Amino acid sequence: MSTGRLTTGCLITGVLHAEWTKLRTVSATRWLLFGVAWLTAAAGALADVAARCPVSGCGLDPGRVSLTGTYLGQAVVAIFAVVAIGGEYSSGMIRTTLAAVPRRAAVLAAKAATVGAAVLLAGAAAVLASWLAGRLILPGRGFTAADGYASLSLTDGAMLRAVAGTALYLVLVALLSLGIATAVREPAAAIGIVLALLYVVPIIGAVVGSPGWHRHLEQVAPMTAGLAIQDTTNLGAAPIGPWAGIGVLAGWAGAGLLAGAIALIRRDA
Amino acid sequence: MTAGFWPVLHAEWTKFRTVRGWVVGMVLAALLTVGIALLDHSSCGGQVTPGGPVIAGVGCRAPIGPGGEAVTDSFYFVHHPLVGDGSVTARLTSLASLSGQTAQPWAKGGLIIKVSTRPGSAYAAVMLTGGHGVRMQYDYTADIDGNVVAGAHAVPHWLRLTRAGDAITGYESADGTQWTKIGTAVLAGLPPTVQAGMFAASPAGSERAGSQSIFGSSAGDGMTLATASFTDVSLRSGGRTGTAATGTGAPGTGAPGKWSGAAVGGLTPGEGFRQARGTVTVTGTGDIAPDVPAAPGTAAGTPAEQTLEGTFGGLIAVIIVGVMFMTAEYRRSLLRVTFSATPGRGTVLAAKAVVIASATFVAGLAGAAVAMPAGEALLRSQGNFILPIGLLTQVRLVTGTAALLAVAAVLGVALGAILRHGAAAVTVIVLTVVLPYFFAAQLALLPVGAADWLLRVTPAAAFAVQQTTPQYPQVAASYTPVNGYFPLAPLAGLAVLCGYAAGALILAVILLRRRDA
Repeated sequence: MSTGRLTTGCLITGVLHAEWTKLRTVSATRWLLFGVAWLTAAAGALADVAARCPVSGCGLDPGRVSLTGTYLGQAVVAIFAVVAIGGEYSSGMIRTTLAAVPRRAAVLAAKAATVGAAVLLAGAAAVLASWLAGRLILPGRGFTAADGYASLSLTDGAMLRAVAGTALYLVLVALLSLGIATAVREPAAAIGIVLALLYVVPIIGAVVGSPGWHRHLEQVAPMTAGLAIQDTTNLGAAPIGPWAGIGVLAGWAGAGLLAGAIALIRRDA
Repeated sequence: MTAGFWPVLHAEWTKFRTVRGWVVGMVLAALLTVGIALLDHSSCGGQVTPGGPVIAGVGCRAPIGPGGEAVTDSFYFVHHPLVGDGSVTARLTSLASLSGQTAQPWAKGGLIIKVSTRPGSAYAAVMLTGGHGVRMQYDYTADIDGNVVAGAHAVPHWLRLTRAGDAITGYESADGTQWTKIGTAVLAGLPPTVQAGMFAASPAGSERAGSQSIFGSSAGDGMTLATASFTDVSLRSGGRTGTAATGTGAPGTGAPGKWSGAAVGGLTPGEGFRQARGTVTVTGTGDIAPDVPAAPGTAAGTPAEQTLEGTFGGLIAVIIVGVMFMTAEYRRSLLRVTFSATPGRGTVLAAKAVVIASATFVAGLAGAAVAMPAGEALLRSQGNFILPIGLLTQVRLVTGTAALLAVAAVLGVALGAILRHGAAAVTVIVLTVVLPYFFAAQLALLPVGAADWLLRVTPAAAFAVQQTTPQYPQVAASYTPVNGYFPLAPLAGLAVLCGYAAGALILAVILLRRRDA
């Protein structure tokens, strides 16, 4: 039997190659990834222009201001990840995929790897462009080293963590979306659930609940926890630390992928 | 057109009700609206410090004014009973802060006629303010600008209040002989004996306003004191005159000409009055005004719309159903069958819009109608004070929320037809309806001007329909989206969303007619 001779390594590269081909040859991929980078950088630059920091201080974090575009860019990341699996269900391609690779967990893993790699690429472009815009614009808005703000240089540890961490944040949002879309199958419903998790949970948390509840919600909501990685100043006052926060989001992404994998394995295609 | 509208509507309704996921989505929208309201664990007066303990609230309340609204009624009142018709007149010689500097812009010193010293009772007053000249105010919400604008800030200034039946008229004068009428307040059901006299109040201000804080700066919002000095005070009642300030006169019914002092709304250290050589000096803090949640230092009332925060959860559910109601036709190629049966493509879209709007409106109405009373009961049980609103406002809040959801679902149908991809349509709507609200009202990152602009031109303007707390020019507060104040009036905000939905429907009809199914 030919499959008997197929080593695990061969299987992995083969599945990865198949997933990469599917992703690469869909024109939407290019447009969506371009959209992630462009939207993130443009919205970040707009926030840089709008921000004002008088000498008396403004309580704004230059890391967060320059990376504000993440709030918008992540929505495009979510569409990209949802369509990567949802598109297969819409077109019926999923049956072909699963017939070719009966090991369904391997399919999802390969999809996660290719989608994650593509988002990492687009995310890196997005955060580097955002950082560059911040570096050029923010000093003119009062965020200067003389006022106690980090130099906005990537040699600054906190700034490097914010920039690199935001690219990682976008990858984790993609994995969370992929997991939910696999579990739900319906792209419209999947994207709705992802966006509700990202945007609506913090809105509810801000108004509903005592200050203590609000803080707890900020610690567990995927967006507010994950974006703690963008903090460069006043870390002590944040509800959650940068690495712990991105860890919470990683937990969400892991749980989403797990739910997707279980659904994919148990269900008919 | 071969078929009428009703068969098409019936066909679309059958499609809607036979897809279990869509019906479940609508029920879920109502349940989310209620469920999120029941998550509310606010407790009034509580606080949390970063890394420190969470202090539970002790409960809040506010007096209710004659109009039924929550009010702030805290000032120092130097009063004397006034029986029947009569008047009170005085010459205001100064109004200053504790250290003798210019008082807060809305610090008040002047004359007042009030039913009693009970907080929340009806009143009418003429006053000089720290930065807004001479004014007449009555029953907490009414505010009339004085006539003599040019000299309004100048002291000494004469003030007079005259009572005739239920009507109280305010006058001002620069010299005590030439009087100018400011306005007349009709206080229905004014009892025969009322309290008349002088008062001083000074609302809490933010430190940046240059106000003087007497209780530490850590709180951020400093309580302030204002001192008003009066001479030539006289109280006339039933034609007889008494110069009460000298203590010798016998105003009205012959009561001793002694003024009494009362700290309405509770005594704050520093408040009080002195009476010496014909001069009455009154020092007070607080404000006589409607309760504005965003104003510093006022009673922490909870706006009723806080119980409808679950609208955001319901919104996402109805957007998904609205979009899928249209995109499922493309996915299953049902659209070809639909358009063969009904060649009028605009008719089909209109029927879809009517079906989804009706279903969503009913779900939203049910959700909001349960969420509001249930959420209010829960909040009250935790010691919160819900700012009272009239029946019409309650109706507007519930039906407005249902309409917001319904129009958002229609926008979903239209964008589903325009974009034909469910994921893209849902994302576009969430980004335009929810995200601007998130940026403007939650993130506190944008300058106020940009936040106001976002809530004017994007579909997120519709959340204005949930605002119940009015903006009062005579109360200094930060009326920003972060504090729940929208730049547009409630129905104007909803109209913005309707405009987007109508525009999207028109574009969808044009595209449906041009494109192959």
